[in-house]
Amino acid sequence: MTNLMQHRLFLPLLALALILLANLVLSPEFFHLEVKDGRVYGSLVDVLNRSAPCALLAIGMSLVIATGGIDLSVGAIVAITGAVCANLLNSSFDTLPLVILAALAVGLAAGMVNGSLVSIFGIQPIVATLVLMVAGRGIAQLINSGQIATFQNDTFASIGIGSLLGLPAPVVIAAVVFLLVQFAMRFTALGLFIEASGCNPRASHYLGLNVRVIKFLVYCVSGLCAAIAGMVITADIQGADANNAGLWLELDAILAVVLGGAALSGGRFSLPLTMIGVLIIQAMSTTIIMSGIEPKYNLIIKSLVILVVLLLQSPSFRQQLRGLSGARNSLGGKA
Amino acid sequence: MRFLFCLLLPLALLGCGESTEKKSAGDTNGDSNKALVIGFSQVGSESSWRTSFSESVKAEAARRGIDLKFSDAQQKQENQIKAIRNFVAQGVDAIIVAPVVETGWKPVLTEAKRAGIPVVIVDRNMALDDDSLFLTRIASDFVEEGRKAANWLMEATNGTCNIVELQGTVGATAAIDRMKGFKEVIAEHENARIIRTQTAEFTRSKGKEVMEAFIKAEQGGKNICAVWAHNDEMAIGAALAIKEAGLDPGDDILIVSVDAVTDIFKAMADGDTNATVELSPHMGGPAFDAIEAHLQGKTDIPKLITINGDVFTQATAAEEYAKRKK
Repeated sequence: MTNLMQHRLFLPLLALALILLANLVLSPEFFHLEVKDGRVYGSLVDVLNRSAPCALLAIGMSLVIATGGIDLSVGAIVAITGAVCANLLNSSFDTLPLVILAALAVGLAAGMVNGSLVSIFGIQPIVATLVLMVAGRGIAQLINSGQIATFQNDTFASIGIGSLLGLPAPVVIAAVVFLLVQFAMRFTALGLFIEASGCNPRASHYLGLNVRVIKFLVYCVSGLCAAIAGMVITADIQGADANNAGLWLELDAILAVVLGGAALSGGRFSLPLTMIGVLIIQAMSTTIIMSGIEPKYNLIIKSLVILVVLLLQSPSFRQQLRGLSGARNSLGGKA
Repeated sequence: MRFLFCLLLPLALLGCGESTEKKSAGDTNGDSNKALVIGFSQVGSESSWRTSFSESVKAEAARRGIDLKFSDAQQKQENQIKAIRNFVAQGVDAIIVAPVVETGWKPVLTEAKRAGIPVVIVDRNMALDDDSLFLTRIASDFVEEGRKAANWLMEATNGTCNIVELQGTVGATAAIDRMKGFKEVIAEHENARIIRTQTAEFTRSKGKEVMEAFIKAEQGGKNICAVWAHNDEMAIGAALAIKEAGLDPGDDILIVSVDAVTDIFKAMADGDTNATVELSPHMGGPAFDAIEAHLQGKTDIPKLITINGDVFTQATAAEEYAKRKK
């Protein structure tokens, strides 16, 4: 029992389970699943579907944070990618492979800008990526000439609303990206290299690791992930809203990584735990919508739940809690 | 149009030179040959509604032969304050401001008042304790928009309807007032009620996400008769969600919204949404009317002039869409 409780997966999973359980009381329809037109349909699927963009961003963000950096620009990259896709689809260059390649190229280019600012010019990551966070949305507005660019293209729209293997396409896309990156991290030495350069860059350098290249690469991966998320979000509403697409999503992604137990100082990350973090955030949003709570309480409830999850993960808080329950034997059931 | 502009441009330039020489309210004798010079400080171009608002003011100025000095503040108050100071320094006849925020305007408006230049506030409000600082305020009546939307819906459903509401950003004046006006009317119909309400932050993607959840919470949407969205963007998002749930938006579930942006006319023409109340972007006309009246020496100008938009339905949607599409 104690072994189980000390497992890294235990607390995040418990938090997710509790949020989902809250729905048993608040809105039992939540767990209703049915197959409609060859795809699974229900609130649980919605939670997965709605968390796909944030999951994609969080995958890239995990790697960046593991090197001790941070990428604030991903939300803006989502907006730029969306604007590029929507405008290409409205032009004569509207073949699907071309649009997807262009979007990925935009994301890669943005990641390379961040990566070179951080690794070559040695600018603090939070400042380096802040540049693109602010400028990026401006660029997206420029591309869209200040409007919401809408398009009619069923093939591209299927990235956001289609289904594969009975699941919404965004879920499948996020799952594939997750598996690819997880494989590269845990079945090659790449994950170790990334953690090493976050943990102690100087020691890693002396050991022969090219820390600069690794840092440059993680920002590129983050940019690519943001581009994929941008396509999913744009395809979902068949329009690119430069002002709102991916707005504050970078913060949700960072939060998910932290909920997954990663250290913001770098050196430690876990993609599966990050994914659970993403699901916690989205399950909470969907729960709030389903439960009929007045909108003005949304943010307070969200922050309280997150505070509790983070506190429970803090080793010193848990020690104090244990001390309390040991002394009075009254809090034993709660922790 | 271009011909008219060529004709007006020299006239306007002439007026510009003259106004610096003798600039006092009494001098303008109604329809003199001298063109009015008016400075307009706009918030920016953050939405398509804002763009059509700017275009409408420019077109109205061109129609009246007014030399409009347009300044885009890019959503920053300091740019607006700079622009107003510039207008004062240039000695314009009047200033129109669409403020980005409510507070912090007193010093710069006092400067304009000392220079004897009337200021008209359009769209959003300014928090001012001294109403001699501005000539008048032109604004939409958000409460009335809510009432109009509700009246349309009650007529379409004979007063029997389970409504889900997509609210705007929590705390936004437009959201609070539209909600209030809508509820007022709904309260008079005992078989109509709002069964679910949640914010979708005025955006299309949130509108879709919230509607998805509502449909699932209300027996696959069978329980929902209509969606009331505080703006068109959320309505379009809701229509997407309803379609994906295998229902027909505009038919199985009615959709009524506010704003009348170009995209909603296409949605209405396609039968996806039902009605929209126009948030009129045509504030230029009333603003120029007030300024001209003031310069002619009239003193009975009300401090608040509200303008109301019309309700548009599917009947005229295709026609309106063709008209509004650039």
